[in-house]
Order: sequence, then structure tokens, then C-alpha cells
Amino acid sequence: MSSIPMIEQTAGRGAARAAQRGLGSRRRGAAGGTMRRPGFLTYGFLTAVLLGSVFPLWWSFLVGSHDSSVISKGVPLVPGGNFLANAAGVLDTIPFWKALGNSLIVSTVTALSVVLFSTLAGFAFAKLRFRGSKGLLVFVIATMAVPTQLGVVPLFIVMSKLGWTGSLWAVIVPGVVTAFGVFWMTQYLRDALPDELIEAVRIDGASMIQAFWHVGLPAARPAAAMLALFTFVATWTNFFWPFIVLDPSNPTLPVALQLLQAAHFVDYSIVLAGAVLSTIPLLLLFAVAGRQLVSGIMQGAVKG
Amino acid sequence: MAVTDRVQSPLPDTKQRAFRDKSVKRLAFSQKVSKWDVKLSPYLYISPFFLLFAVTGLFPLLYTAWVSLHSWNLIGGQGEFTALENYEFVLAQPFFWNAVGNTFSIFLLSSIPQVVLAIAIAAVLDANLRARTFWRMGVLVPFVVAPVAVGLIFNNLFADQAGLFNELLTGLGLDPVRWHSDPLASHTAIATMVNFRWTGYNALIFLAAMQAVPRDVYEAATIDGAGRLRQFFSVTVPMLRPTIIFVVITATIGGLQIFDEARVFDQAGLGGADRQWQTLTMYIWELGWGQRNFGRASAVAWLLFLIIVIIALANFLITRRIATQGGRR
Repeated sequence: MSSIPMIEQTAGRGAARAAQRGLGSRRRGAAGGTMRRPGFLTYGFLTAVLLGSVFPLWWSFLVGSHDSSVISKGVPLVPGGNFLANAAGVLDTIPFWKALGNSLIVSTVTALSVVLFSTLAGFAFAKLRFRGSKGLLVFVIATMAVPTQLGVVPLFIVMSKLGWTGSLWAVIVPGVVTAFGVFWMTQYLRDALPDELIEAVRIDGASMIQAFWHVGLPAARPAAAMLALFTFVATWTNFFWPFIVLDPSNPTLPVALQLLQAAHFVDYSIVLAGAVLSTIPLLLLFAVAGRQLVSGIMQGAVKG
Repeated sequence: MAVTDRVQSPLPDTKQRAFRDKSVKRLAFSQKVSKWDVKLSPYLYISPFFLLFAVTGLFPLLYTAWVSLHSWNLIGGQGEFTALENYEFVLAQPFFWNAVGNTFSIFLLSSIPQVVLAIAIAAVLDANLRARTFWRMGVLVPFVVAPVAVGLIFNNLFADQAGLFNELLTGLGLDPVRWHSDPLASHTAIATMVNFRWTGYNALIFLAAMQAVPRDVYEAATIDGAGRLRQFFSVTVPMLRPTIIFVVITATIGGLQIFDEARVFDQAGLGGADRQWQTLTMYIWELGWGQRNFGRASAVAWLLFLIIVIIALANFLITRRIATQGGRR
């Protein structure tokens, strides 16, 4: 850490003053207790951002908690008592519980399988020596940039040949392992799992898969949890492919939600009550694991 | 691994020899197994990804090209080979070019403000804040709202009659905007939805990159007399170069395929009466599942694929150049 008097001597008084100012605005890592806190402008800006990111949900709840006749005269700024009635309207219009169950199944199965297969592949790429491993890893990374969404037409043809259209398999199977997951686990395991540990269990007579199971998987746990979270959220909010391949009678939540508006008569109180209902599960998840989501994004940014 | 350290057992000579032979054989066998285990396991472990990518990624992309060269119906299936007829048809459609324009317009309106705003938010989050985790989580809330839900909510906020935004505008004495009929207005509304969901997420990515900048670089800049703004533009932004490239390219690949928010921007979901906000992905859907013409839908899919690759490359080159110039200054 530079000291102000030293700057004053070497670089002049102006620089010293600038340094003093600069000191206040930059965090000094764990050692910094002396620096100035940012002013109200910073907090004002952040509060505005925060309000912006929460407001649409609040608005949705406002509209969803009033009768549509009240809404037509302008939306009141306090929630009304009609949310349960509107929620009942949602349940009448779309197969909400079925959609909720489907979303739970699809997201959970996808998250678990992505974690298992990505960790397996990550373990191989990070810790095992084999011919072509470098090239294959580059290939994995390159596929992340391929917009596979554009293959929907043949994918649909394949699914109808298999007789899977309308079933959850059609949504689950294409997502069971992702390039991002493989890359993420490779990066993590490379640092987190010491080679000596694998060698040690191998000498003790463990097979490769035992080494993976008893050493690789436990070491991967923190990154695996994050990967599971992100996969869960991404699968839960996914729309395009489920919308194409699933029937309105057996939808996931976003597919069902969209049906609310496609009805002949649109009642926005009911539509937005539906938007709130479908978001509640992920908001609960966010309340529990939001911290992990934040650090997951930030870790991915540094490594990726 | 095989057992290698067998101790000589106190057995009679002949018996002992027989036992040793057997043990050597077993040793050889288990060594062989172990060797194959070492050799094959890695390929086995990475195979799920490659198999799946081959079946649901690579094959569909290539097969799209094949389908696009045929007359192909959703119900009837493969028809005759028609060479480039589908492409000729699609390229002659005003709706195709309309969708290209809409896609780019929405993409630009979402990606540029998003990156700028995300960097600004990240810079603020990088300050020595109280309740740091609270603010960071706060900006990420929109990420867990499904795009369809975002679309429905904003569709209400942007309602032409008595929507909140128009009420605010009239309250300020301005004319209400026809969000659902004016093309540019509808693009702005849809871009707002995309920005709502992704700005906070990208801000956290930028924040992580900012914190990775060595602090002594700032100290050096401070000693050179650079103010905070100057430091931001001459140190922070150039140091963020790889991150900016990453975010811009991800935004390109995602942004050019935008579907969800635009799909629910009105009841019919085709992009408005005159297709004012029909994007290319929506056009693919309309051709394939609305008109049941898989051949034409595939032709558009391939064209969109080419566009994305070209734009992503151009993006990479441009962003790199801008960022390096920033560094040289």
C-alpha cells in the first residue's frame, strides 16, 4: 500500500491530494478498514437500480391482487384482496399444477444429470491423461458458441420419429449434458483436486470409476452445487423448445403461462396473477441460494 | 491396482510354486484390466457430452441444411429435392427481410444500452459498499423471472391504452406512444424486457472482472494524477476488454435468437398485425409450425445461423479493436 507522505515527496503535492481522494474510492482488499465509504449518490443510484429490478414483479402482484374492474380505472398502489380469487382463475384456465409438477421434474432431472455427466467429463479433462484431450476440450468450448437452438426443425423430426413429441423426454434428453457444464467442471477440478489424491487412491487399488466417485465427486461439490442451480434456473425459464414440442395439455410452466394470454378474453388480473404464481418457486429458490448464484456468476466470469 | 507385494508364504516347496504361478496369472490379468481402465475410462467419461452433442446439436444443424433443400411438410414429411428453391422463396419474401430488420433493431436496442448500463452498475457495486451482498443479490432478482413472465408483465406496463408507461407520459404532458403498432416503439419495449432480465447478470460479470484488476494499477494511475473518471476510462475499461468481448458475443448469440418476449407481446404471438416485431426465430416458427413448411423454416434457420456466425466474428474483431485503442491512449 502506498503512503500519502511518500507520494507527496516523490510526485508532488497535487498527486498526493489525488491519491488521498483515490484511496477513498477503492477498496483495499481485506486489509482496508481505513478507507472512506461511498456517498449517498452511490446508494441513490443503487436504490434506483434495485427498485427497477423489483418493480415489475411488484406491479404484477398489484394488478394480480385486484379485480379487473378496479384495474380498468387505474392500478392502485396498494395490493388488493383479490389475489386468491385471481389465482383460482389461473387454475381454471391452465393446468397449473400439472405444469408446476412438469417444471419440477424437468428442471430437477436436467440439473442432476448435467452435474453428473459434466463432472465425469470434467474429471477426465482435468485429471486424466489421454490422447486428444486438449483438442477435444477446445471442441467442447467451441460448441458453446454454436446456436443449437436453430436445429429445432430436425430435432422436432427426430422427436416425432421417436414418438416423444408431447412427452417430457423430448425436453429432458437434449439437455442432459451441456458444453458449459463440462467446461465449468474442468476448470474447477483442475485446481480443486490434487493429482496426488487420485494417485493415492489408485495405489490403494481403486479403479478409475471408484477414484471418481470417492475423490473426484466430493472435491467437485461446491462447483457442482452452483452448476445444478444455474441449470435448474435455465431449464425452469426455458420456453422456445418446450413450447414447440409439448402439448398445451402437458406443458411446463412458461408454456402454460403463455396460454393464459392466448385465451379469447384476456383478463390481466388473472394473467399477472399467473406470472406471480409461476415466479414464486424461483423466488423461494433465490431467497435460499441467491448468494450462491451471485458468487457463481462472478467465479464464472473470472475463469471463463 | 493389483496386489504386488505378496509375501512368501511358509508352504511346502511344490505347493508354494503352484500357488505362485496362479498368483502371477491373476496379477497379469488384473494388470491388464487396470491398463484398459486407465486407457478407456477418460473416453468413456467424456462420451456422454459428445454423443449428446452429435445427436441433438451437430446432427440437427447439418440435417437442417438437408431439410432446407427439400420440399418438406410437418405432416407429410420429406418431399422431393428442390435444390435452392426454399432459399429463393424465402429471400423474396418481404416478411423475411422485415424479420431481419426487426431482429437487428431489437438486438441493438438491447445489447448496447445493456452493456453500458451493466458496466456502470458494476463500477458502483465495486465501491466499498455497506451490505455488499444485499445489493449484488438485488440486481440479480430479474434473472430468476422467466422471459415469458417478463414478457407478460411488460406487455401490461406497455399497454397502448392505460398502460403505466403511457399514463406516466400523459401525466408529463407528452403524447402516449403506440407501443403495439409503431415498429420502433415495439422494438424498444421488447428490448426493455431483455435488458431488464440480463443487465444485473452482466453487471456481476463485469464486477468480477473489475475486482480482478490489480489494485496497484490504480495506484500507479493515481500517482500519475489521473482522476476517478479518467481512471475508469483509461484503466478499468481497457482492462475489462476480454470480459466485454465475452459479454458482447454471448449477447449476440442470444439476442439474435430472441423469441420468448416478442412471442407474448400480443395475443396472437406472430409479431403484430403487420409483423412489426416479428423476429427471425418467430418467422422460423411461423413457417414451420404455423404454415407447416419445414423446408422453408430450415432455410431461414440456416440463414440465421450464418448471420449469427458472421456477426459474432465481426463483433469479436470490432470489440477487440476498440478495446486495444482504449488501452493505447
